[in-house]
Amino acid sequence: MFEIGLSHYMSLSAILFVLGIFGIFLNRKNVVVILMSIELILLAVNINLVAFSAELNDLVGQVFAMFILTVAAAEAAIGLAILMAFFRNRGSIAVEDINVMKG
Amino acid sequence: MIEALVFYMFAGIAVASGVMVISARNPVHSVLFLILAFFNAAGLFVLLGAEFLAMILVIVYVGAVAVLFLFVVMMLDINFVELRQGFLQYLPFGGLIGLILLVELLALGFGWVLAPDAAARVAVPMQPLETVSNTQALGALIYTHYIYLFQAAGLILLVAMIGAIVLSHRQRDGVLKQKVSDQIRRRAEDSAKTRKVESGKGI
Repeated sequence: MFEIGLSHYMSLSAILFVLGIFGIFLNRKNVVVILMSIELILLAVNINLVAFSAELNDLVGQVFAMFILTVAAAEAAIGLAILMAFFRNRGSIAVEDINVMKG
Repeated sequence: MIEALVFYMFAGIAVASGVMVISARNPVHSVLFLILAFFNAAGLFVLLGAEFLAMILVIVYVGAVAVLFLFVVMMLDINFVELRQGFLQYLPFGGLIGLILLVELLALGFGWVLAPDAAARVAVPMQPLETVSNTQALGALIYTHYIYLFQAAGLILLVAMIGAIVLSHRQRDGVLKQKVSDQIRRRAEDSAKTRKVESGKGI
């Protein structure tokens, strides 16, 4: 209980991951909260990578966590830009309205 | 003992704020709880000895991504109450899937054992913190072994930046703006003509 090991971090990461998935289901209409849930999922993955890196005494896990961070930042920027463009055209961000894909 | 208490504090607050992110009524509150979750994850990273990643998490996520979210949420004029309809409708289904996934992940986490030769397969062993700091070690690694990956990460950020600009830039009609290239390109013969006008007649 008071000896913090890899399994504690893995449990935390699993809980955060599931919270992210759950958030996507729960807020199916609101794209902003869906994007935030994706950020939570990526955070959970990062915690897992860093925990393994610390446990195995291997630095490469932290390198990969850093690249995941980069991709997450890029994804958030692009996602929000698409959201802004969509809102400007349609005046709504409800997911049900995003069903017309005309070029 | 202290480490365990600090871990439980950070982990507990991170999970609680994760719950609030997905269940808060107001998306602005969601973003603020997301920031809290990131701060607590950064604390956990410090606890694990990855202080560079912790600082990056605070700077990149809290300083840039979360503020971007906040900006977008506040800028869009959306009726968020309308978007929450069906919240309870999806609750049982989402809860079921989440529960199944959590049980599976936890079973995997506790039933899993490290390979006996895992310690021998370490790609880049960590130096003790007394000799080389975490930041120094990471820098020595990403600028040598992982230089191509590092460059690719920079390229991804560049593409994301250009994409975001292209997507959110808009050309407005009816706005008078100075176009320097048009001004420089303009020649006297394009804009003025000399005509011979006979006296007593107009053009």
